[in-house]
Amino acid sequence: MELLGEGKKVLLGNGAIARGALEADVDVATTYPGTPSSEIADSLSMVARYLKNSGKEVPFYFQYSVNEKVALEFAAAASHAGLRALTCMKHVGLNVASDALMTYAYVGCKGGHVIVTADDPSCHSSQNEQDNRCYAKFAALPMLEPSSPQEAKDMTVEAFVLSEKLSLPVILRTTTRVSHARGVVKLAPLNMTFKKGKFEKGGLTVTVPAVARKLHPVLLEKMEKAKEISNKSPFNFVEDFGGEYGIITSGVAYNYVREAVDDLNLKCKIFKIGMSNPLPDKKIAEFLRECKKVIVVEELEPYIEEQVKIIARDEGIGVDIYGKGYGKLKRYYEYDMDIVYSTLAKFFGVEWEEKEEGEEITDRPPVLCPGCPHRATYYAVKQVAKPDTIYPTDIGCYTLGLLPPYKTADFLLCMGSSIGTGCGFSKATEQPVISFIGDSTFYHAGLPALVNAIHHNHNFVVVILDNSTTAMTGHQPHPGNDIDGMGNEAISMDMEKVVRGLGVKHVEVVDPRNLNEAKEAVKRALEYDGLSVIISKAPCILLERKYKKERKLYQINQEKCRKCKICITKFACPAFYFDGDDVKINAVLCTGCGVCPQVCPFDAIEEVAE
Amino acid sequence: MKKSIVVAGVGGQGVITAANILARAALRDGYNVVMSELHGMAQRGGNVECSVRIGDVYSPMVGNETADAIISFEPLEALRNLQKVRKDGLVLTDINPIIPPLVSLGIGKYPAVEEIFDKISKHCRLIKINADEIARKAGSILTKNVVMLGAATALNILPVSEESLIETIKETVPPKYIEMNMKAFEMGKEEMRK
Repeated sequence: MELLGEGKKVLLGNGAIARGALEADVDVATTYPGTPSSEIADSLSMVARYLKNSGKEVPFYFQYSVNEKVALEFAAAASHAGLRALTCMKHVGLNVASDALMTYAYVGCKGGHVIVTADDPSCHSSQNEQDNRCYAKFAALPMLEPSSPQEAKDMTVEAFVLSEKLSLPVILRTTTRVSHARGVVKLAPLNMTFKKGKFEKGGLTVTVPAVARKLHPVLLEKMEKAKEISNKSPFNFVEDFGGEYGIITSGVAYNYVREAVDDLNLKCKIFKIGMSNPLPDKKIAEFLRECKKVIVVEELEPYIEEQVKIIARDEGIGVDIYGKGYGKLKRYYEYDMDIVYSTLAKFFGVEWEEKEEGEEITDRPPVLCPGCPHRATYYAVKQVAKPDTIYPTDIGCYTLGLLPPYKTADFLLCMGSSIGTGCGFSKATEQPVISFIGDSTFYHAGLPALVNAIHHNHNFVVVILDNSTTAMTGHQPHPGNDIDGMGNEAISMDMEKVVRGLGVKHVEVVDPRNLNEAKEAVKRALEYDGLSVIISKAPCILLERKYKKERKLYQINQEKCRKCKICITKFACPAFYFDGDDVKINAVLCTGCGVCPQVCPFDAIEEVAE
Repeated sequence: MKKSIVVAGVGGQGVITAANILARAALRDGYNVVMSELHGMAQRGGNVECSVRIGDVYSPMVGNETADAIISFEPLEALRNLQKVRKDGLVLTDINPIIPPLVSLGIGKYPAVEEIFDKISKHCRLIKINADEIARKAGSILTKNVVMLGAATALNILPVSEESLIETIKETVPPKYIEMNMKAFEMGKEEMRK
């Protein structure tokens, strides 16, 4: 097992964070999966199951929590029992956890607690590209910002120490290009033990107003101490390449800057910020005084730039400070080598030949997999629903219903929003409303919205796409499963009982791979006057293929095929392709799900022996 | 020393595994290595690209016209990444198109393969390989990524030693498939010698 190895390894940034937590002898780790953070927790889950299967004691407790808020609350409790805790999530996950986070900062922690937020500039797999460094400032929490897998590991270990020194949870902020970069990581020894903590009663831990008022100034005092630490932190360092121009940078942008200095032979000083909240004000002031002009190179918000400008003003330093808006430095999307090289060439007045942009190439967006049960659900719904039906959708693979030919996605904000906005659309319009939500997302944030829909007797249809896993992020277990993230037995929710128990009167469970059954269920749900729920239940095909060895195989009988192309234009399974004018099925891609023969009006799709 | 290789293809072709093997072989040879990859939707038929950078490097991604070579598992994906390779660099690509499902629906167009090859040849050196066919001959389409690594080795575009590459492949694939993968590696190499 690579993560338990020694020496030097090529690790994913996320793997390096997991290893860092193990080196720090973490006691409790919690998460809700989300790209680009998922592999941190998945690595710990794998370590736990590996040790368990080898008959060894697992030296920590790990949990895929129902959502990020619960994950954070769980770990906060562990910290207050004196244990070391890690909580990982994607950037928008911290929005969910933010209610807990803001007050947790007041209460502080006991055992070291590291909160990882993995941001996603350029929205590679997210609904926005918010800069979560702002959360550190907003909540007043220390933050470390690694640039490479090695730093990701080193900073994780140090974050636990820092957290205990300050009695504050520490935010470790990565971005996609740090979490999903691989690099050489020098490992330190592991010394892991399983511990139980003890909660000491009587502290200032009940945040009624009188207590909260006491705690806020305490928090600000802690952050003053954190500033002193930041001014001395080895993660905030200056590299001197001669000359009088300065570059201040952090995160993955440092790598582009550092390579530009070599390639463009820039005479400069680089201030690399690794502890970015609180910023090292004195060290920055000192740096500014030594420079003739300064440029701040950071992705997304001018988070460092604005604070550096304030420091310059407060210290009366008249140096010109450039940043967002200069050269190619924008406030949106991730940076790359070309953006940084071009901008620095301008700043330093050196030669740089702008490279040609590549031509526009036909997109190859991800699509629902061959055999994906969501395709069957969408096909059935589209056969029955009126054209003006509104389809609020949610976060998961099924958001791909957005693409033609299904177009079963009209509105999306965040986890759980399909049901909340379904309530609103059903009341605000006279259009039919069908909301789609996945099983993991339903447990995560759909439940309160469903309660709202039931209580107010809203009239719309909720389709829960239950594929028995958190598919999009890599098949993590959720409350509907009977095994947890450590490989232990868990109590699985019975989705139908949950929905009925809450008070939904019209509930149907269907297997969408039986198209007629699914269509009839959708018809009945649309006719029902009131809230109806369809649980469209069939396992994720990727999981089914892993465990099911036998599969059926289908081919097109060319004599029967009339080339109506419904299988391609309406059903659109990627296993179908044109061979000249003929429609064929790619035998490698076909999963044998058996839905397409129900789609073909001429019975031309036939089962064949493999 | 600075070497950058872009590995590209379509989700499910083993692109990330190939890039990973290359990166770990580089460490085995004692080099510094960084690489970038994108997860999440790769399994669902989207395009996948990894940059593997070896030597005095910091950035996990390549800049335009800085890569020494592109190893592409599909022609259109070679074209998509073309601006990343230097004009004195090389593109090694498989010749079998995978038509994006949306093209079948009439959204977007898949250019004629010859047109793709023309464009690449105008930019830099182009080497074509029918890696699908070789992989099937070796025993399974799943060995395609190892065929590509074998071909790249014969073309001398990888800055790592053949021994390290072979050891890393053996470490990566399940034991019962080692033999098949070694055959695929040799056949990829052999094809380039022709």
